Amino acid sequence: MVSEVNIDLSQFHDVFFEECSEGMEIMESGLLNLTSESDSEVINTIFRAAHSIKGGGGTFGFSEISNFTHGMETILDEMRNGKLAVTPEAVELLLEALDCLRDMVQSSKDKTPINKELVSEIHEKLENFTGEAVAPVAENIPEDEPLNVSDEQDSVSTWNISFYPHENMFYTGNDPFRLIRELQCLGDLKTKVNYDRLPEFSKMDVQNCYLGWDLELKGDVSLDQITEIFEWVEDDCSLEVNLKNKVTETESESENEEEKEVVEEVRARVKDGEKTGRRRVEKSGFSNQETSSIRVGINKVDGLVNLVGELVITQSILSRVCNDLGIERNEKLNECLDQLERNTRDLQEQTMGIRMLPIDFAFQRLPRIVHDLSNSLGKKVDLKFSGETTELDKTVLEKIGDPLMHLVRNALDHGIESSDVRVAAGKSEKGLISINAYHQGGNIIIEIHDDGAGLDPEKILNKAREKGLVDNDEVLNELQIQNLIFAPGFSTAAVVSDVSGRGVGMDVVRRNMTDLGGTVEVASVLGKGSTFTIRLPLTVAILEGQMVSIGDQVFIVPLLSIIESIQVSEKDINAIANAAELYPYRDEYISVIRLREVFNVHIDEDDDENRRGLLVVIDIGGRRVGLYVDDVVGQQQVVIKSLEQNYQQVPGIAGATVLGDGGVALIIDVLGLVQTSNH
Amino acid sequence: MASILLVDDSASMREMVSFTLKGVGHEVSEAEDGVEALEFAKKTAVDLVVTDVNMPNMDGITLTAELRKLDSYKFIPILILTTETGSVRKEQGKVAGATGWIEKPFDPDNLLGTINRVL
Repeated sequence: MVSEVNIDLSQFHDVFFEECSEGMEIMESGLLNLTSESDSEVINTIFRAAHSIKGGGGTFGFSEISNFTHGMETILDEMRNGKLAVTPEAVELLLEALDCLRDMVQSSKDKTPINKELVSEIHEKLENFTGEAVAPVAENIPEDEPLNVSDEQDSVSTWNISFYPHENMFYTGNDPFRLIRELQCLGDLKTKVNYDRLPEFSKMDVQNCYLGWDLELKGDVSLDQITEIFEWVEDDCSLEVNLKNKVTETESESENEEEKEVVEEVRARVKDGEKTGRRRVEKSGFSNQETSSIRVGINKVDGLVNLVGELVITQSILSRVCNDLGIERNEKLNECLDQLERNTRDLQEQTMGIRMLPIDFAFQRLPRIVHDLSNSLGKKVDLKFSGETTELDKTVLEKIGDPLMHLVRNALDHGIESSDVRVAAGKSEKGLISINAYHQGGNIIIEIHDDGAGLDPEKILNKAREKGLVDNDEVLNELQIQNLIFAPGFSTAAVVSDVSGRGVGMDVVRRNMTDLGGTVEVASVLGKGSTFTIRLPLTVAILEGQMVSIGDQVFIVPLLSIIESIQVSEKDINAIANAAELYPYRDEYISVIRLREVFNVHIDEDDDENRRGLLVVIDIGGRRVGLYVDDVVGQQQVVIKSLEQNYQQVPGIAGATVLGDGGVALIIDVLGLVQTSNH
Repeated sequence: MASILLVDDSASMREMVSFTLKGVGHEVSEAEDGVEALEFAKKTAVDLVVTDVNMPNMDGITLTAELRKLDSYKFIPILILTTETGSVRKEQGKVAGATGWIEKPFDPDNLLGTINRVL
């Protein structure tokens, strides 16, 4: 009866781990919202998530995860049934357990040993909390019960079974025939059917069961094996199982045969009943229902994105070639090319969309951080989100998690004041941190606003001068001063707390954003609060580029970092000591980087006078720098090709791209370029 | 081979059960919760339903009771997947009209063994 199939369960592990992460997110956000007034659905949701992890853990061979989650589930179950009050202590404990569970899942995923001490410590806490020992679920998948081996060896016993199903047995989907068939597998079975309950034909309901059986089972069979077969129908029949002590050898073969005929008859009847009972819907109407989403490896998606990028390039080369050939005469061809262009763009957009995920994923960790931190700081604060469904590239999404967390910590630690200070300042007792995300052009904007104390420009300026970040005679406007907090090595907190002042500060946040081709800025009103604005490209695979020419070469400057391009004359560029050059831009002097020299581009001297000479002013983390180029050529969306993968890393170059004419252009890494030229 | 409707909110369980059943030639349709399963069942008949109990929107017990109201699901076997070793869920399942249960955790062999009992 037991089929031996060889299925490697590890093939489902990835899905299981992913599911665990989702489940734990659900548990966490549920727990953070859980109070004694919570709707029962809140607990139910948390419970379900724990329950699924427990079930999956058991099934896929992670018994430690399963056992541990069982402890959490027990508490949740008692809360659900009202046996246990929802107290802040209980919630804290569950959150602590959740962190532990997260570590366990991570360890299982990485195939590293689980921190057994911590696990058993918390498991104990969970047990003590419910006041009763949390019974661990079976350590492993229960073993198949041996079917033909009983405890007492060589003991052939004979059982008398009287089995009289209730009339409604078919309505539970159970079928006496199948039960008898199972008994037959255990040993030698004799069946005697009892027709006594069969009504007159006219009163017979074909969907009811009127027959009863007196069975005799001979073999090496235990009582458990028999009752197990009838386990599902215990309440749907009258069942008596008795051991017939002495095995008599007198039963003749002929008797056996006779009764087999009866079995056949019963089988036929039962089958008939089945057929009449089930009004089958035509099979042709059957269609496999597909789930609404599929999981695919990210490498597959990236492969697709890459190919589509190539396609876009090929398409634009094709367009250009046809234009150069002057085939505008052929209308049909032009039509097709236009169609191809539209389709390619749509395809590109759709493909990019596959990598897009709602920003919600990056927000999920924040409530917990705010919860923990506000507790430890003794501050009261609300956290609000808007625009959670705003989508952005998965790669970008994964990288903004930490900076976002840092900004929120910072807002809570430095921004939001303690309750008494707030009340004294005429503010509400509870602080508010709101996070808003939205699309603007090809960018995503994330604003982190707090209604706290705001930045004190005077303090910042003093600090910056103290640290030598600003010269004493330098005059800065308020916004510039506020943005000094992003300077490397700047930290306003007098005492470095373990919360947001770990030496890594706002400069790391800015660095992260710049790496992603984005920016971060702050605007603050003293006493009213601060707003940090993050601006990021929606994707890292495609870049809005400004093409600039130097000699006969074309380079790409990321459009997002450009403030403006201005025509300058050589006489306005002042050379100062150690070969640096400055240009008076608005009310400041900015350094000038001559790309021609940096990249060693050969220039035909005769041509030189005809060149315009443009300064492309870029903003890198609040600092402005001018790139001196020959000309700007145009703007284009470019697909970034990694140089590292195809060649090697080149300082000052972020990658390469293929232009519409098939030529290759290098993409300038503005931050890297500025850092290189500083040395 | 049988056509089987599999209802579970856990993708990994669905994948495992479905893989196992398809491996021996069954035809498997999947639903993520009771509501989705019921929608499906109204349009399509199957030979067997295997459903999880704890699911959002509609749990497996309610689903079982609802399925039994449909003509084409009156007599077919419905098995519930349950981790609860206690008899409460099983009892509730039986009352709702479930044929039997499969206790979690189970492995592919347990699963096929139990399913063969009702096919």
